[in-house]
Amino acid sequence: MGESGQGLGREGRLIAGMIDKIVPSVEAALADVSDGSTILVGGFGGAGVPEELIDALIAQGAKDLTIVNNNAGNAEIGVAALLKAGRVRRIVCSYPRTADSYVFDALYRAGKIELELVPQGTLSERMRAAGAGIGAFYTPTGYGTDLAKGKETRTIEGKGCVLEHPLAGDVALVKAERGDRWGNLVYRKSARNFGPTMASAAKCTIAQVYETVELGALDPECIVTPGIFVTRVVRVPRKEGGNRVPAGGVTRGISGRAAV
Amino acid sequence: MSYTKLTRDELAQRIAQDIPEGSYVNLGIGMPTLVGNHLPKDREIFLHSENGILGMGPAPAAGLEDMDLINAGKEPVTLLTGGAYFHHTDSFAMMRGGHLDIAVLGAFQVSVSGDLANWSTGGDAIPAVGGAMDLAVGAKNVWVMMEHLTKSGESKIVSRCTYPLTGIGVVRRIYTDLAVIDVTPRGLVASRPVPGLSFDELQRLTGVPLSPSGARAAA
Repeated sequence: MGESGQGLGREGRLIAGMIDKIVPSVEAALADVSDGSTILVGGFGGAGVPEELIDALIAQGAKDLTIVNNNAGNAEIGVAALLKAGRVRRIVCSYPRTADSYVFDALYRAGKIELELVPQGTLSERMRAAGAGIGAFYTPTGYGTDLAKGKETRTIEGKGCVLEHPLAGDVALVKAERGDRWGNLVYRKSARNFGPTMASAAKCTIAQVYETVELGALDPECIVTPGIFVTRVVRVPRKEGGNRVPAGGVTRGISGRAAV
Repeated sequence: MSYTKLTRDELAQRIAQDIPEGSYVNLGIGMPTLVGNHLPKDREIFLHSENGILGMGPAPAAGLEDMDLINAGKEPVTLLTGGAYFHHTDSFAMMRGGHLDIAVLGAFQVSVSGDLANWSTGGDAIPAVGGAMDLAVGAKNVWVMMEHLTKSGESKIVSRCTYPLTGIGVVRRIYTDLAVIDVTPRGLVASRPVPGLSFDELQRLTGVPLSPSGARAAA
């Protein structure tokens, strides 16, 4: 935790009046993650997955984790790699079964992982509630279905609703495109997905970005996640071809820099 | 008389033609995605994708795929000029909050009262729900796109769903490869049967009571 920044009740190095949430490495960003933590992991399919942070979490060694993610990992990268390393006790997600979710499938069938299946919008709203300080909420989603079994229900304005509780994280790992030292973030296209909501819902939010920029370089009208929701920012190198299909030399958009 | 079932593309085309200009529409994963290929070029229709896109465009040309820009089925797509990106919670507010005009969803079964079963076949399959339940309760109009019969010839329109429910009383209209069936307070109303298919034959195949479109309700 930030040494000189401690007295401020927040993290970030305090050097000559400068808050700096940018940490030098993914290892430093994840050093204090403890066993048994609940970790919110951004991403939908392959978009917005904080792969470098997940790899560093595997190396860091925390175990007995609860992972919250839309999916349950694909092939053997990202969340699937974490599962394969045996670090996850429980997963909370909406769509674990995909064409290449074989790591999860095998663990689930062997009874080696708990699954809490949550409708996708309820998953997102439960995290929003956690971040927004809402005690619980009633939603029509899932009413009368197997996923509402055992939950309190109420009819509101003629509609059957299910009581859902907030879902908070100890840590959130999100992938953004660009960030500054105050923790302000912008994302890229549909890689934004769960990032902003998860950032608000964890005690410690760690954002990996491809670019760190000077304060003021992000248009204040277009900042998507304000820095108050972000604890640490770490820059990771763009991969060869990035998250883009390399064939044909895809040109990068300018999203994140402006309202694109 | 003999009849020919609609192909998937013919069915997709029929649905696309029924979507009014200016509609906000979510196309479910699987067969409903085909509807996007048949939207009339002379109408502006806003496609929504649950992962944070409005104004979603068609698949990009080969080599121009951008894996930061994908649809709910995780396939690369494009953004139309004027389109927007937003985060998941906003996206599901659009879905659950009644802002979408139409959701076109696949189904295993639909009941006479509009119950929808489309997320699980039960048994020991690994369950996965995604955004199906949110769309089912939230869109102003839920249209189902499905084959009329199972592979073994049983009607997928049933008196009561035997598969796990996605939503109760949510389906407004069913487009099948045989006809269009509206779910109304007075029961199921069938229209637009494929050429050569009589109402009586459609009724026999469906099992549950249908009334022909245009018929006056019995006084």
